[in-house]
Amino acid sequence: MQALYAQLLVGLINGSFYALLSLGLAVIFGMLNIINFAHGALYMMGAFVAYFLLNLGGINYWWALLLAPIIVGIFGMILERTMLQWLTGLDHLYGLLLTFGIALIVQGVFQNYFGSSGLPYAIPDQLKGGMNLGFMFLPIYRGWVVIFSLVVCIATWFLIEKTRLGAYLRAATENPTLVRAFGVNVPRMITLTYGLGVGLAALAGVLSAPINQVRPLMGADLIIVVFAVVVIGGMGSIMGSIITGFALGVIEGLTKYFYPEASNTVVFVLMVLVLLVKPTGLTGRAA
Amino acid sequence: MKTTSIASLLLSTALSFAVTGVASAQDKTVKIGALSDQSGLYADLGGPGSTLAAQMAVEDSGLAAKGWKIDIISGDHQNKPDIGTAIARQWFDVDKVDIIVDVPNSGVALAVNNVVKEKNGVYINSGAATSDLTNAQCSPNTVHWTYDTYMLAHTTGQALVKAGGDSWFFLTADYAFGAALERDTSAVVTANGGKVIGGVKHPLNTPDFSSFLLQAQSSKAKIIGLANAGGDTTNTIKQAAEFGIGKGGQKLAALLLFLTDVKAIGLETAQGLNFTETFYWDMNDQTRAFSKRFGEKMKNGAMPTMVQAGVYAGVRHYLKALDALGGNPHDGVKVVEKMKSMPTEDELFGKGEIQPNGRTIHNAYLFEVKKPSESKGPWDFYKLVGTVPGDQAFTPLSESKCALLKK
Repeated sequence: MQALYAQLLVGLINGSFYALLSLGLAVIFGMLNIINFAHGALYMMGAFVAYFLLNLGGINYWWALLLAPIIVGIFGMILERTMLQWLTGLDHLYGLLLTFGIALIVQGVFQNYFGSSGLPYAIPDQLKGGMNLGFMFLPIYRGWVVIFSLVVCIATWFLIEKTRLGAYLRAATENPTLVRAFGVNVPRMITLTYGLGVGLAALAGVLSAPINQVRPLMGADLIIVVFAVVVIGGMGSIMGSIITGFALGVIEGLTKYFYPEASNTVVFVLMVLVLLVKPTGLTGRAA
Repeated sequence: MKTTSIASLLLSTALSFAVTGVASAQDKTVKIGALSDQSGLYADLGGPGSTLAAQMAVEDSGLAAKGWKIDIISGDHQNKPDIGTAIARQWFDVDKVDIIVDVPNSGVALAVNNVVKEKNGVYINSGAATSDLTNAQCSPNTVHWTYDTYMLAHTTGQALVKAGGDSWFFLTADYAFGAALERDTSAVVTANGGKVIGGVKHPLNTPDFSSFLLQAQSSKAKIIGLANAGGDTTNTIKQAAEFGIGKGGQKLAALLLFLTDVKAIGLETAQGLNFTETFYWDMNDQTRAFSKRFGEKMKNGAMPTMVQAGVYAGVRHYLKALDALGGNPHDGVKVVEKMKSMPTEDELFGKGEIQPNGRTIHNAYLFEVKKPSESKGPWDFYKLVGTVPGDQAFTPLSESKCALLKK
């Protein structure tokens, strides 16, 4: 029984990454109608920026949590301005292919210079060590990841669903022409939204840097699972993607305990089942 | 018009006969295929570095000056046996490749082994670990350089059991390599009076090991044996430190650890790990000289891993055999027989031999990872703890299950 509690907790930790990443994807899909396949590469860039800040600029983890999402977010906004914006109104496939191409290029460039094994990034001193919970030894850093990502997820949900700015955003997705008539600069708002989604990916990258290696392919390995999470949760649903992210982390954790060989397929099995029963995802609305 | 075309046809046929006639006498063309994981979790320990090692071997062989024309091509098997065999078939059938080298990932290595045998090519494997390549699945076309699971089990594994680590829990990569390494190490553990109390199989290329580590922790085994490699091993070691596994009295056994893995983990976390390799760049003047030349040609200045060193040594020996034959017979079995008949000697592995089952025998070294304070440079990672002579490190012929030995 004790082992089970431990696995549940570990599942929550992985779930935090799924939630943060799928949240960014949901924001981008919901507001821009773009299936952002570059998300994994941007997540990886977040981790690399944190690494560079520390090793080249002597800037620590805490500043990296703030700076890396901003830097990568700006990179994202440039992508949106120079490339993605031309795809407005076209079929989803174009956005998917464009972002997939961007992801391959970004990964290729990083791999060319840094190889595939990755670079070490130490846990910040304040979060080193762990505590004994009775049923398991919980590294403090992992506890921090769960709490921090929960806070970020809820803040993002609040921003989009409960504030005036969020209301503009949602309105602009429904009917951009009308919102523009009210004097709102819709293209700029869309660029900023893409920046926000990308920033969330970079933030997840910084959070994961001390746990995993900072590797060029760290995002590519994760992104497929995250897409499955988004599909299960319902494309574009903010709360849906947060809850599914955490829930699937837990389910995956339990699989690792009961039948480890299936742990990297269980998410896809669930995805197939959900699509068969409810093609719009658990919380999605029919288009 | 018609007559001229018939005439030219006849002429070209005659010419091609003439060319093939020359070819069988002393054909001095060779095509080498370096097949590896070029972009995934094993790319740093083999990958582009292995292709470079093969190129250096060709340059150092001096055969170009003797009129030989040697080409190298490389391919990415992406850790998938179907892709690996497809590339190998294309290389033999279309590109007329004579020899395939490197091939990390035991699953791919065993699949390619069958293709090379079928096409009568030469196969010098340096990257894969499975001891099956020179046992149950041995082939007259195959030479296995550098290391294998039997060697890892009988060096690192045995040393740990003898030092008191008598109960083991395995974290095993769920494919041919992990299974072979767990099998060979379990045999050593039980033969030395220890016991295996459990294990868990994880999928290849797993980013998060915390679930598996918790299971290993609660097993209370003294030794947690890592039957995985590359990125999987680095993630396991890093995360084990996070979960305080070393402090609880349990010891990690990195059964297979490469130079690039230690670099990726960082000395702070990796210090004190014991493991075995057959090559380290900082062994003597010759290895240092080779590694310096190698590092200058690598993008990130990396020193060679033992896999890349094995590719170099293997290609050197292959070219020596061809030189001795006086030409390339394009007959894999014949070339490998010649290779087996000549003792091996090179700057990187020293003196050795290739046994009838295809296993190359050379020294193995027990290393310990240095403390950060002991390291004097960016690649200064290892302390030599002990040397195991080749005949004790690798499968004795009496225990080999290779069918070639029954002749």
